[in-house]
Amino acid sequence: MELTPQAVKPVIDVHNLTKDYYIGEIVVRALRGIDLQIFPGEMVAIMGPSGSGKSTLMNMIGCLDSPTSGDYYLDSLRVSDLHDDELAIVRNQKIGFVFQKYNLLPRIDAIENVALPLRYSEDTSNMRQRAEEALKSVGLGDRMRHKPNELSGGQQQRVAIARALVNQPAILLADEPTGNLDSQSGKEVMELLIKLNQQQNTTIVLVTHDPTVAVHAQRTIQLFDGLIKAPEAIA
Amino acid sequence: MKFWQALKEAIASIAANKTRSFLTVLGIVIGVGAVIGVLSIGQGAEASIMGQIESIGTNVIYVFRGNRAEDVTNPKYLTTADADALANRARAPHILNIASVLSGQSSVRFGDESAQTSIMGVTGNYAEVIDLKLSEGSFFTESHITNRSSVVVLGPELAERLTGRQTELIGTTVHINNYPFRVVGVAAAKGGNQFSSPDMDAYIPITAMQLRVKRQNVPNAVDFLLIQAQDSNSIDEAMHEGRTLLRASHRLTSRQPDDFTMTNQEDMLSIANSITNILTIFLAGIAAISLLVGGIGIMNIMLVSVTERTREIGLRKALGARKFDIQLQFLTESAMLSVFGGLIGIGLGWLLGKIVGAVAANSGTPLVPEISLNSVLLATLFSLAVGIFFGWYPALRAANLEPVEALRYE
Repeated sequence: MELTPQAVKPVIDVHNLTKDYYIGEIVVRALRGIDLQIFPGEMVAIMGPSGSGKSTLMNMIGCLDSPTSGDYYLDSLRVSDLHDDELAIVRNQKIGFVFQKYNLLPRIDAIENVALPLRYSEDTSNMRQRAEEALKSVGLGDRMRHKPNELSGGQQQRVAIARALVNQPAILLADEPTGNLDSQSGKEVMELLIKLNQQQNTTIVLVTHDPTVAVHAQRTIQLFDGLIKAPEAIA
Repeated sequence: MKFWQALKEAIASIAANKTRSFLTVLGIVIGVGAVIGVLSIGQGAEASIMGQIESIGTNVIYVFRGNRAEDVTNPKYLTTADADALANRARAPHILNIASVLSGQSSVRFGDESAQTSIMGVTGNYAEVIDLKLSEGSFFTESHITNRSSVVVLGPELAERLTGRQTELIGTTVHINNYPFRVVGVAAAKGGNQFSSPDMDAYIPITAMQLRVKRQNVPNAVDFLLIQAQDSNSIDEAMHEGRTLLRASHRLTSRQPDDFTMTNQEDMLSIANSITNILTIFLAGIAAISLLVGGIGIMNIMLVSVTERTREIGLRKALGARKFDIQLQFLTESAMLSVFGGLIGIGLGWLLGKIVGAVAANSGTPLVPEISLNSVLLATLFSLAVGIFFGWYPALRAANLEPVEALRYE
């Protein structure tokens, strides 16, 4: 694969990952053995119909949940058997989340929302300054003191992207980032993600069911019934 | 997360829901307010009582008729004869002075002004025994007693009330029980923190009292006797000697119990102390119940708050909050809520004390409510403890939420 020379180590390295849920007596096999490698600087879309396990996979990649079996290396760190508090540190340092519903805290302004991950990190120096820089990088340098309800949907999602970037994570994990936006705002958010990927080499994993979003990715992974259907790159 | 950040967030969160926060801590406010208020009034009253007891002097023994500890049939009246019996230097070397007191309520009139007040019929050494100082004139003497002279020493407040002044009153005439009395002295102010303010009293010779104000069926009967011991170290000896002499004077056989009661300042202080202690225990009970109720209110609202903010908790966890961070955040919030309630309660209690103090002052019972630093610190610490105790479970619930579940919560 020309995009992934052997010398470069994958930032996400998943081997035979499974996840079972128990609903009463019934076992739901959400993931049934996933092998996946994502390399630094890639922009990858994970697609699939609802119930295909893409949310579960995203929760695994995002270290929000632990797999039933299999190995997961994130940035060369074996995370599949870390404890809750260790996972929290990994989420804080290595992963930037962008959610469909932005998930900004309504009481505080943009800059404080962006600075929120910094509060939970080891290095709490210059929090405002770092948050300001992140906001400027998503083009919201003039909206720093605005509260979420004073911002449009697209602007809120850009604040959320700034928040995801503020700790300079290894990957940016976006779950339906345009799902709640009108087409124009959605386009702007996608352009921002593409710009981050191209100009700053940010590794981005997109979860979406929207083909017009997935088309921006260099690679699309199709999930079906907890398995990867077409692991090959779409050229 | 650093503690001061948790503190900042807690204050912001409380401020974001002002009405709800206030209603939540109302239980704490009322509880702490009631305790601080009643405690301040209690301490004010205690100071009054202690002041009154201490103003008597540490070496004075009170003698009353009757025996409160044992059943005595037909106790004899205390009389001036008893006072004479006690004045026995040979058999009672530790007794320095004996004063007899016969008191009653009567009207005192000067011109058009009149007042209903306590008239103290006393012997000449009364001023010495209770350490009563005069601002002008002099206390009446033995000859005034023997002559049943109609002379009076006015308390300063009484003088002020009747004549509008406290000086240049020697030689003027006031009417007590409609008999004219010549003013021979005005007492110096003893301080107004007494229930029966001595500054409103009038002092007349005990013989004039018997003749003009309070006619007695038993001749020479008195209300109580005051025995002054040599000094505060010889109180016990003086009491022992006094008891022996009084028993002889009352012709009690060795089988009969005392038909009088002797008590000194130390006894009174210990009675006052035990009353104060009972009051304190009672108040602590009220405090405990109201803080318990207030704490349950806080716990309830914190549980609601955790449910409401499930998504926020999920988000914070996704952004890297550890269990400890979430727990700290919610514990800080409940603790701050409770402490705010406690602080408002302290303010409320202070106000309550002020109002009661003002009402008491208006109705003629000077009472200065006191809020001690101790009670303020104790109230604050207790509120803090209540907040932490009742916030623990909601905070733990918040901390143990699964991030995936919490983020999905609608």
